[in-house]
Amino acid sequence: MKQLLILSGKGGTGKTTVASAFIKLSNCKSFADCDVDAPNLHLVMSENMEPVINDFYGFQKAFIDNSKCINCGLCEENCHFGAIRNFEVSVYECEGCGVCCEICPQNAVSMTEYASGSLKLYKSQNKVFSTAKLKMGSGASGKLVTAVKKQLLKEAHNSELVIIDGSPGIGCPVIASISGANLVLIVTEPTVSGIHDMKRIIKTAKQFGTACIVCINKFDVEMDNTKKIEAYCNEIQIPVVGRIPFDNTVIKAVNNFKSIDEYQDSKAAKAIKTIWNTIYENYLLSK
Amino acid sequence: MKIAVLSGKGGTGKTFVSVNLACAAESAAQSNLNSVYVDCDVEEPNGNLFLKPTNIKKSGVNVTVPVVDNTKCTGCRKCSDFCKYNALAYVKDRLLIFNEVCHSCGGCIIFCPQKALKERQREIGVIEEGISGKTTVFSGNLNTGEVSGVPIIKELLPKLPDNGSVIIDCPPGSACTVMESIRQVDYCLLVAEPTLFGVHNLSMVYELFKLLKKPFGVVLNKCLADEENPSEQFCKENRITIIEKIPYDKEIGRLNSQGLVAVRENGTYKELFERILDKLVKESLQ
Ligand code: SF4
Ligand code: SF4
Ligand code: SF4
Ligand code: SF4
Repeated sequence: MKQLLILSGKGGTGKTTVASAFIKLSNCKSFADCDVDAPNLHLVMSENMEPVINDFYGFQKAFIDNSKCINCGLCEENCHFGAIRNFEVSVYECEGCGVCCEICPQNAVSMTEYASGSLKLYKSQNKVFSTAKLKMGSGASGKLVTAVKKQLLKEAHNSELVIIDGSPGIGCPVIASISGANLVLIVTEPTVSGIHDMKRIIKTAKQFGTACIVCINKFDVEMDNTKKIEAYCNEIQIPVVGRIPFDNTVIKAVNNFKSIDEYQDSKAAKAIKTIWNTIYENYLLSK
Repeated sequence: MKIAVLSGKGGTGKTFVSVNLACAAESAAQSNLNSVYVDCDVEEPNGNLFLKPTNIKKSGVNVTVPVVDNTKCTGCRKCSDFCKYNALAYVKDRLLIFNEVCHSCGGCIIFCPQKALKERQREIGVIEEGISGKTTVFSGNLNTGEVSGVPIIKELLPKLPDNGSVIIDCPPGSACTVMESIRQVDYCLLVAEPTLFGVHNLSMVYELFKLLKKPFGVVLNKCLADEENPSEQFCKENRITIIEKIPYDKEIGRLNSQGLVAVRENGTYKELFERILDKLVKESLQ
């Protein structure tokens, strides 16, 4: 099994557009959306299937029983996250470390399960699609990403190829999505921020020793920057596998909840198809 | 006045809006008031690419992690049993500490019966403070490979002045870093795109605000004159204040991709963002 992970450093660069097109083009049977903060892939890929939804329990949260509490203040003093004020725990700030629970002389604090999101699994006879939604501001996004992948891999044991739409950024959810990936495709844009974010994500992927390739979306918007990206990648020996032109059809596709692949004659769809073929032949076909 | 600029997802133009608001504030501000831009998107701080601050002062951000004195440790494993994040493991007569996953809760240090654990400082990123025009620019920068940017944001926020206009460019999404960024602000400004993805993301952030009870409004970015705007529809249905519609414009795209600030290059945009700022001041006083 090969795991292809699609990342972008930042959202809005066309990551989901590329991922959904790849899933269609490759006829991929097992895929996941690891952008648990703001998942979008199900909008284009769920094909009216109903998912099985399960609560996801990330970290526990502390709870103070006021009838036992003697207001000694020890818990508040020792909480490194400032989550306790006036003998009450704020669920947004509590990281579930358990210090208050251990330190309380009255046993007034207990650690309780807390649903920090929901896991969704779409399944049909020949397809599995795993995704999730993190509850607002509840932390534990890295853990939820790991759960999304675990849920997928459990069902996908026979698949040759797994495609994962990664999460933006470089922090815990991204690190959780990189683990186990065979290949990372970075979708970047020819803007100063696009270049900056690409460099950071390449660095992160390198720290995990994962192979990286790059494709440039909306390449024709700013040719100078496109050339800069190519020169940079060349210098550090990261292959640039293709360019996707700016194309209004992409917005149209998104607004109709469709994959760009369904607009085969569009410039973007053609470019993505070429890129897919390159990736498939050069990186995914078992040699 | 502190304004947080947010979006359900990256790529909606959050940095574009915050940078331009900060620059609009600098010309609007009376001489004794500050204009401050703060980049709390510590995983991908991009504001500096536009504002290009100079006279930069850097300071490291540290977290505390445990370090073990092997001569005192008896291998009782109380620490590793306690640690909720699996940052400690006692293997082959030795305590291993995985710094990257340590949340710095301090528990292992407090509860080690032998007092074998001590605090050690570890740098996870830097804060930069510089100046761009009349705007003070703060920016947090998480080192790659690090898990959480929250400690950086926690160190950034107390540095902000109480007077003048402070624009906080928040991380995308709704994760812990966002919660941290908006805790102390007077007003939250959501940037939304006119697509169905945009609505989906907007509705998620909207949920967050209903919970937090902070005053907020929306600016609709990249609006096409004669296209449907599902985000606008959503705002109207849910009675969300629309602060302004920013038109889609090739010129903005060009300035953006070259790392230029629209307000500083173009009079129309200067007026537009000064107007937005005015409205924000009025809204937040309500
Ligand atoms: S569990 Fe930890 S983070 Fe939560 S309130 Fe207790 S000490 Fe604070
Ligand atoms: S440590 Fe226990 S008794 Fe003391 S204030 Fe906290 S909850 Fe109350
Ligand atoms: S709690 Fe202290 S003595 Fe026990 S294993 Fe940990 S460091 Fe060693
Ligand atoms: S400080 Fe807390 S998170 Fe870090 S190793 Fe100790 S118990 Fe674990």
